[in-house]
Parts: sequence; structure tokens; C-alpha cells
Amino acid sequence: MGISVGIMFLIMAVVAGWLLKQTMSTTPWIARTTIVEGHGGSFSQAKAKIGLWVFLAVVTSLFALFISAYTTRMELGDWRPLPEPTLLWFNTAILVLSSIALQWARHSVEKEEIGGVKIGLAAGGGLTISFMVGQLVAWQQLGDLGYHPSTNPANGFFYLITGLHGLHMLGGLVAWCRTSFKVWRGSEAAEVRLSVELCTAYWHFLLVVWFVLFGLMLST
Amino acid sequence: MSLVIGLIVLVIASVLFHFLSPWWLTPIASHWDTVDVTIDITFWVTGFVFVVINGFMAYAIYKFRYKKERRATYEPENKKLEWWLTAVTAIGVAAMLAPGLWVWADFVSPPEDAMIVEATGQQWHWSFRFPGEDGVLGSVDNSNITDENPFGMNPDDPNGQDDILIASPEVHLPLGVPVKALLRSKDVLHNFTVTQFRVKMDLVPGLISYQWFTPTVAGRYELLCEELCGIGHHTMRGHVVVEEQEAFDKWLDAQPTYAEILAKAPGDPSAGASLYAVCTACHGAQGEGNPLLNAPKLAGQGAWYMKRQLEYFKKGIRGSHELDIYGQQMAPMAAVLADEKAVNDVVAYIETLPDLPAISTVMGDVEHGEDVYETCAYCHGAQGEGIQALNAPRQAGMSDWYLVTQLKNFKKGVRGQHPGDGYGPQMGLMANILLDDQTINDLVAYINTLEIEDAPASK
Amino acid sequence: MAYVTHDETAYVAPLEVEEEHLYHAKTWLGKYVFSQDAKVIAIQYACTAMGIGLVALVFSLIMRLQLGFPNTFAFIAPEDYYQFVTMHGMIMVIYLLTALFLGGFGNYLIPLMVGARDMVFPYVNMISYWVYLVAVLILVASMFVPGGATGSGWTLYPPQAVTAGTPGSDLGIILMLVSLIVFIIGFTMGGLNYVVTVLQGRTRGMTLMRLPLTVWGIFMATVLALLAFPALLVACIMMLFDKIVGTSFFMPAVISMGEQLPHTGGSPVLFEHLFWFFGHPEVYIVALPAFGIVSDLLATHARKTIFGYRMMVWAIVVIGGLSFIVWAHHMYVSGMNPYFGFFFATTTLIIAIPTAIKVYNWVLTLWHGNIRLTVPMMFAIGFIFTFINGGLTGLFLGNVTVDLPLSDTYFVVAHFHMVMAVSPVLVVFGAIYHWYPKMTGRLLNDGLGRAHFWITFLGTYAIYYPMHYLGFLGLPRRYYAMGPTEFMPESAHSLNQFITISAIMVGAAQLLFLYNLIVSYRNGKEAGHNPWESTTLEWQTPATPPGHGNFGSELPLVYRWAYDYSVPGAPADFLPQNLPPQGGSAEGIREGKVD
Repeated sequence: MGISVGIMFLIMAVVAGWLLKQTMSTTPWIARTTIVEGHGGSFSQAKAKIGLWVFLAVVTSLFALFISAYTTRMELGDWRPLPEPTLLWFNTAILVLSSIALQWARHSVEKEEIGGVKIGLAAGGGLTISFMVGQLVAWQQLGDLGYHPSTNPANGFFYLITGLHGLHMLGGLVAWCRTSFKVWRGSEAAEVRLSVELCTAYWHFLLVVWFVLFGLMLST
Repeated sequence: MSLVIGLIVLVIASVLFHFLSPWWLTPIASHWDTVDVTIDITFWVTGFVFVVINGFMAYAIYKFRYKKERRATYEPENKKLEWWLTAVTAIGVAAMLAPGLWVWADFVSPPEDAMIVEATGQQWHWSFRFPGEDGVLGSVDNSNITDENPFGMNPDDPNGQDDILIASPEVHLPLGVPVKALLRSKDVLHNFTVTQFRVKMDLVPGLISYQWFTPTVAGRYELLCEELCGIGHHTMRGHVVVEEQEAFDKWLDAQPTYAEILAKAPGDPSAGASLYAVCTACHGAQGEGNPLLNAPKLAGQGAWYMKRQLEYFKKGIRGSHELDIYGQQMAPMAAVLADEKAVNDVVAYIETLPDLPAISTVMGDVEHGEDVYETCAYCHGAQGEGIQALNAPRQAGMSDWYLVTQLKNFKKGVRGQHPGDGYGPQMGLMANILLDDQTINDLVAYINTLEIEDAPASK
Repeated sequence: MAYVTHDETAYVAPLEVEEEHLYHAKTWLGKYVFSQDAKVIAIQYACTAMGIGLVALVFSLIMRLQLGFPNTFAFIAPEDYYQFVTMHGMIMVIYLLTALFLGGFGNYLIPLMVGARDMVFPYVNMISYWVYLVAVLILVASMFVPGGATGSGWTLYPPQAVTAGTPGSDLGIILMLVSLIVFIIGFTMGGLNYVVTVLQGRTRGMTLMRLPLTVWGIFMATVLALLAFPALLVACIMMLFDKIVGTSFFMPAVISMGEQLPHTGGSPVLFEHLFWFFGHPEVYIVALPAFGIVSDLLATHARKTIFGYRMMVWAIVVIGGLSFIVWAHHMYVSGMNPYFGFFFATTTLIIAIPTAIKVYNWVLTLWHGNIRLTVPMMFAIGFIFTFINGGLTGLFLGNVTVDLPLSDTYFVVAHFHMVMAVSPVLVVFGAIYHWYPKMTGRLLNDGLGRAHFWITFLGTYAIYYPMHYLGFLGLPRRYYAMGPTEFMPESAHSLNQFITISAIMVGAAQLLFLYNLIVSYRNGKEAGHNPWESTTLEWQTPATPPGHGNFGSELPLVYRWAYDYSVPGAPADFLPQNLPPQGGSAEGIREGKVD
């Protein structure tokens, strides 16, 4: 559980540290002649962006807990690591490319080039779908080799964690669909800018999560 | 105003209740007086805080009750007071924590020379194991467990051969000797608690946990499972008997080792046939039973169960209660069987008898009975076939009138309350759910409808 | 973000047309059923939670009947009893208290108190409620499948929860786990809203340190819940795999009903760690909103600034942070490495310090106050009393050595009911008496309210205080029946009967409350817009109950913190948060005119 505690501690430290900055020097009952300007919020970011960051904190917590469970279970005697199919390296490369493609879309949206946005989104989405298909094929390969979820906890975790990562990708694809739909319906770059930025941030996040998960599975 | 009085009355009542209540820790019977001391310290500290804060609050509510003309004092904070209170609280907390940790350090490090006893929990029984002469427990594994090897002993481990196996929920321990109890479970989480010893620990399948204590007062103490372990949780009880070393040694010597159990010859049906001649008068030549003579059907009942009951009759554990008229008839008959071998032989013979269905004699509301049987099925099996691993005998296809009598006996405490009957109290607790005679009839009528497909208990 | 001196007389908050427009539902269905208005969603959450909570209350009374009068009622067989135990605990902790405090009070109060028109993601907020409802329905469905609901206790420990010796070990447990997963998904949607609304939805001038403590409590509880619920999610998913796919995450090699199961090598203790990694923060998920709300009730009805506001905020933050490193104090005797006991006992007792500070500050808020003993105030004071009691017994169980004899006895049951059931529920009642006038425009009946308070307060104390002593005696919890024992005197049984009778009386008293809720909706006394003369923004809305968008055409501008009560020299003994400095007359303030 050490990993989860560490992650929670980090998140709580960020929350507490930020609050400390806000609150230490204030004497709220005295400061009555000044008023905070700006539109209420504590950050200069859009609400949706803060929402995404909070959500990513939740997902971080989720995966951290899975990793904790993984490492704890691993220490018990019956753990038999499974061979990672070479295909996973290939999938990883595809996922990196999809992140790059979305970064391209984001770059274009900032420069208001709707064509670039289209290319980036299309490539990103296509690559992501191939990644997920690739993951399914990897499952199949392992299944054919006899590595079923119930035969060993290592296998169980492999299917569970990759599956969960895939579900999160699927959720991302829903957002991606909505954004792409808007773009192809002829929205201006400014209108989809936020959506593209959010998608890109989410993709990068899931890429990092995948690196961590893949690294974990390779190293054990 | 009423609130002020209410609060003060509650505080006073709480304190009075504490001092006057007849309900408090049971007299301690182990060396863990230190645990009681930490409880006392915690009690004094928290009790003081409870009285002071609530008293202060009641006073404040009284003194500063609403007056239209008055205004409250404007005091957003008082740094000095807040830090002061924090510091005092920290000291109070430390005063409770320090002794707690000190005693815990003792608890986590049992003495090297502590006597080893292993307690095994299962749904819903206890059993025990001593390491025997070599002082080393043989290896065990849940995957070795069968009806013949309920401890899951590893037959190839030489360390296990001299292990002393106590297949009974009662264990004896010597007085004044530190005991390290190793705990393991066959199925789900359980917990080893003897209230008078003050300590407890869960039994976890897949690992071995421990606790230690030195019994300091001789006596017979109830052993409870205190971790929810399924439907029979409240019936999972055992006993720990603390006695002088001599008495303990004598008891331990009488218990079988693993090797002895392995070496035991199976019962000989042909020798049993002649012994059974005595039984035929009442139970019938085919073991089919005879309601007129109050003799239940035997054929088809689990051998393990018949052996245990014959032993009980022989030792006066069954058939000695003054209201158990028919049991009293059986007891002298069982005494005819000279020794364990005779018991095994006669049971082996009964196993060869044909299992013909008994005639139904009890009528009742089958649907209601089915409802009630849901609880019974957890141990006796969905078909009433009996499950040896759960110490639950077969019910279906046996003498139904006998079942009715026995259920009533369990309910009334006529059967199952003898201290020697380790498994009886469990059925006693369970029989209590049968609220009246009609329910018993309904239940038995339902059991009459059950058919066993491959009668595993009679295998 | 910049602090500038603001010329309050010249400033007019702009009308935010598009926002106003957004919140006006077009159809009846859109207004009352699929509403995106946080206030409607709040009431939906509250009604659903209280509805299912009533079911759980009835379950608890059935349990008490069995404990007080064993072998009397044919409808309580052991498997039924354990199912009632499990469902009672699970519903009360998660489906009632978590949903009511965060989904109910959070939705109603956050936007109003921070001066927002609604939650920042109203659509997601609406979905959150409907997902919650589905979770509740799945839970209810689990009681009707073959085998019935799971009877493994609300902790759902494997292997017990998924093996045959426990009722509901097939469909029952599967639906239970699915329901929890659905609940967590729904909660996460709501939780994102609460957090982001507090961070980004506040009106001008509403700095973090001007927030009422209610918002702080709910905010921190939501942060905890967002981070802690994933642990339960992980545990549920892995257990589902063990049950359905046959993996061995938690399942070691075990025998069930005399048969070997196919599992091997798993660790039940791992489940316990995951469960309590969620389970302990869960205690504070329920407690922190209660802390916050009670602070506001005390300040308002004592006409006094909350004592030590900054310390209160910090106590909430510190308690929240620490709650992630105390979880294993639920597992001192679980068979985990006993050396962990040192660490967790220490952290657990440290958490007592900020908690104690909160209690001191509540009591010191009363000191030198001008206390109006209204019904909400009585509930708030009742809370302090029961919370002190429950908090102090927590020091017994948190201290690893003292836990040894008391763990798994009725002492534990008494402790957590006092601290996590009675105390928060008293706050819930206080809060409802307090905010009902805002929600409906009418006051609840005072006499009924007082009767409800006295029966509930004294009755629950009569239930739980003596129960601790059954624990000292060694009465184990979760026993269907104790039966004959050698160490328990006969009198303990009469005490059990006394507890049962008290419980039935308390249960019946809740009917008074329900009656009051229904009757006062039509016939209650007109409340006016600010019956308690409170400072916070929800009492300053132009309409009562507040309309869509909460604040009419202009969002309120905040000039002061939430606790300006009895300010020396002020025209009234309370100054609303949106009252400009030096502004207002006594009548104007009372009538809600701030400009």
C-alpha cells in the first residue's frame, strides 16, 4: 500500500500547500474593504480544465491503488510472471504516435488552422483505435498460449489493468467523437479549442499511465 | 433551560452508570493485566475530558442563554488559548498512547520459550494441534484437506508424524506457562478470542497469525469466534481448559498423534457383524430402525457420526440426562462395545447394510418446512445428505420421528449441553430457531421429501 | 488573481444572460424530473437517500428485535439476520449518509453558499443523480434474487462474502459489488462538480477564507471521497473477478462445504487493506460535512462568530490528510504484520488532536454567545455531546493495546454508532430544521421538532451508552444469538432488551419527523426570507425558495466573511456577507435589503 499512500500524500500535500498559500496570511474577519477581482475562481483556467485535472487526480488514485494491489499480491508465493507479447511494444509505439497526433491538433488549434486540427484528430483517433485493437489481439495471443486470467494472479492483473486502461481510452474516444463531430460540422478553431486541449491533455495522461503500467509489467 | 438540565443529567447518569453498572470486564485469567491498566488510564483521561467539556458546555448554555438586549462578544479567535488547548490535548493523547505502545511491544514479541499450540478454525468449529515430542509442527496445507485428513497434514513431512491432533473444540493448556497460539483457517476469516485472556487475533486462510498469553487462573473458558464467518458464526465456540501442568500432561498423553491416526486399522465388518447381533433387537437386522421401540434407522448414516455418538453413549455424554429416556436405554447397550476397535467394527458392519428409505411418519406443512430448512442446508446440505467436513450428519431418508425427538431434545437442552459434547451446543443454538412443535413437524415433513442422489455420507 | 481595493458604490455585477437562460427548464419533466438545477437534484438525492435509509432503519429494528428477544420471531432466521446486518450497514454508510451529505446538502448548499447560479457542470450533475438511483435500485434488486442479499457484513470480507457458508454468496454479492461500482461512478460525477464549483464557481469577493465552514466540510469530504472511493472500486472489481472469472486475487486455497475451491494463494488481508483504505476516509466523508454544518448552526444560533475559524479550516484539512494514513487501525487484530500497530496507533491518536480542537472551538463559540435554543441549535448541541462521547471511545479503539479486548465486541458497535450514526444524523436533522424554511418557505413545527429532538437524543444515548458496557463484558458483535454463556450475567440480557425498546422508541419518533416534514410543507408558519437572521448567502436570495439561477439578475457581491455576528457597533447583530462595509440599517438588514 506504500505506493498509494505516497500518491495520496502527494495529492494531499498539493492541496494543503495550495490552501496554505491562500489562507495563512488572511484574517478573514478584518479584510472587509477589499474584494477579490476576477470571476470568482481560484485559477485562471477554464472550469472544464480544472474539472479534467480533478478527474485525472481520481484516475491517478485508481491506478495507484491497482499498482499497490499488484505489488502486494506479487510478493505472495504463487506469482508466475507472464511473457509480454512483442505486440505490446508495437502498441506502445502506436499510442505514442496518437499522442503526438493530438499534440499536432492542439498546436494547430492554437494557430487556428482547422485543417491541421482535422488531420491531428483523425490520425489521433485512428491510431488510438488501432492501439485498442492491438491490445485485444495481444489478449488473444496470450489466451492462445494458455495464459487465462484465472491461471495466475499475474495474468489476472494483466487483463484487469490493460482492460481498465482500455476503458479509459474508450471514454476518451467518446470525447474525441464529440470534438471531431463539431470540427467536421464546420466549427471554428476557437470553438473547439478547449475540447481539443482537454482531449490532448487526457491522451498524454493515459500515455503516461500506460508507460507506468507497461513498465511495471515488464519489470516484474 | 431543559437542555442544560438534560446535559447535566446525562453526564451524571453516565458517570453513575459507569460506577454502578454490574457489567464490566470479566475477571482476568491471563498475564495481560497491563492491557487492563491501559484501559484504566484511557478511562480516567477520557472520563475527565467528558465531564469537563460537557459540564462547561452546559454552563455556557445556561449563562449565555438568549437575552434580547444582550450582544454576544465578538471574538474571532484567541491564538494563545488555542495553542494552549492543543498542547494540553497532545499531552493527554501521549499519556494514553505511550502505555499502549509499550504493552503492544510486549504483545508482538512472544517469549522464545513459549509453548506452541496451533488453533485451526473452520466453518464453524475449532480444532487444535500440538507439535509433539520434537517440538516442531509438521507442515500443513489447505489443499491437502480431505475428510480423512481434516488438518491438511502433509503426510511426507517427518516433523508432522508426532504432532498431536485434537479434533475437538476443547483444548487444554497448562497453568502459568506462556503459550504462543498459532492461528490458521481452512476457509474464511475467524477470530480466536477468550474474553478472560484479553487478547484476540484473526485467523486468515493462507497465512499463520499468532497471539500469546500466559494463563494465570485455572478454569474452563469459552473460546469465541469474533470475526463474522458465515451463517453459523454465533455457534462457533470452543473451550480452553486451563489446569495444572500434571493434569495437562495427562490429558495431552491421551490425545492421538498423527502417526497413530494413520496407523489405525479400518473397522472390520465381519467382526462387526457379530457385535451387531445385540443391536438387531431394536434397530432391526438391516439397521432399518423400529419406531415402536424408539430405535432410529442406522443404515445410510455417516460412519464418522455413528462412531462419535457411540463414544458419547459409552462415556455418558449422551444418554445421561434424566429426561433423555431413550438415550438412557441406549447407553448401557453402547457400553457392550468394549473398545474403540469394537465401535469401528460395528460401524463398519452397519455401513454394509442396505440403505432403504425410512417410512414417513410425520406430517406437516412442507412449504413452511422448506423455508425453515434453508438455514439447516448450510450445514446438512441442500439434500439433507450430511456433510462430514462440517460435522453435520445426514437427515434425509432417516427416521423422521427420531429427528423430531432429537430436535426437541436439542431445544430443551436434553441433548448437546454435556460439557463433553463439543458439537452439541452448536446444534442447540441452531435448534432454537424452531419456535414451536409445529415448525419442527413442518421441517421434518420437508426433509422427508428430500432425496439424496448419491448419498455421499454413506460412501 | 489580484487583490484590489474595490469601490463598492459604483460597482454593479453584470447580468449574465446566457447563464440565466441556461438554467430555465422548458418542460415540467425538465423542471422536476430530469432537472439540471442543483437544488432539485439535491432534493432528489435527499429523498432517495432518506427513502432507502428508512428501509435500513427498519432492518436495524428487526436486528434489535432478534437481539433483545431471541427465538421469538420466526421471520428472523440466522441468514435473514446477517442479511439485515449487512444491508443496514451498507445502506446507512454509503447510500444514505454519503449520498445525503454530499449529494443532498452538497448540491443544495454549495452553489447557494458560494454565490453561484448552479454547479459548474449541471448536466453531469443530473446524470450523477440518475446513476446513483440506478445503484440504489441494483442494491434493492439484490434483496430479491435467489439466495437473497449478501450477508457478509458491510465489510464484505472475502473469502466469506463469496463462499457458500454465507447467505447471498452468488447473485447477492455480485449485485452488491456492481451496485457499489455504479455508485462510485455516479459519485465521481457529482464530486467533480462539488470540487470545481467551490474552486471556480464562487462569486466575486468570496475568497476561500470567507467560505462558510459548511462548504469547507463538504469540499474536503468530497476531495477525500474522490481519492478514497477508487480503493473500494479496485476492491470491488478484483472481488468480482475472483467470483466470476475465478482469479485468486483475494482468494487463497480454501475448503467450502467440504469441497476444495479452485483458488490458490490469494490474500484476504489485501482486500482488507483496500477496503479500509477507503473505509477510514469514508468515516470523515460523513463526519467532515457534519463538522462544517454544525459550525454554521452554532454560530448562527449563538449569534457569535465561530471561534477560531482559521484553526477550524486547518483542522478540516489536517483531518482529511491524516485520514489516509490511519486505515489499518481497523485491522489491529486482522492478522496483518502486527508491527504496523505502532505506526497506526500513533497516527490515529494524533488525529484526535485536530478533532479535539474542533470540539473546543464549538464549545468556545457558545461561550459569551447569545444562545437561541432553537430546534436546529438543540440538535447541534446534541451533536457536540454525542460526538464527544463517540470521539473519546475512539481513543480506546485507536490505541492498539486497548483495542485487543474490545475489538469485534459491542464496544465497537456502540462507538461507531455514536460517532458515525447518531452524531451525523443529529446534524442532518438540525440542518433540515435549519434549511427547510429556505427550501420550502415555511418553518417546521417547533413543538414536534422539540419532541423529535428529545426522543432521538435521549433515546439514542440510552441505546448506545450502555452498549459499550456489553462490549467491556466481551459480548461479540454480529452474533445472531449469544445463547447460554459462562461469562455473561443474566442481567446483560435485560440490558439488551432495554436497548431494543429504546431503539423502537427512537425509530417511532422518526415518524414524527416525517409527519412534520409533510404537514409543514403546506401548513407550516411562513418563514420569510431569513428566519434565523443568518449571514450566509443562501439566506440573501431574492426569492424563497430560490428560483433557477439562485440569485435573480445579479450575483451577490461578497464583502465579508460568513461569521459577522454581533459585530461591535453594527446596526444589527448579524451582517450578511453581501452587505457592503458601513452599509445598511437594522431594518434593512433584517428585511434583506443590502444596498
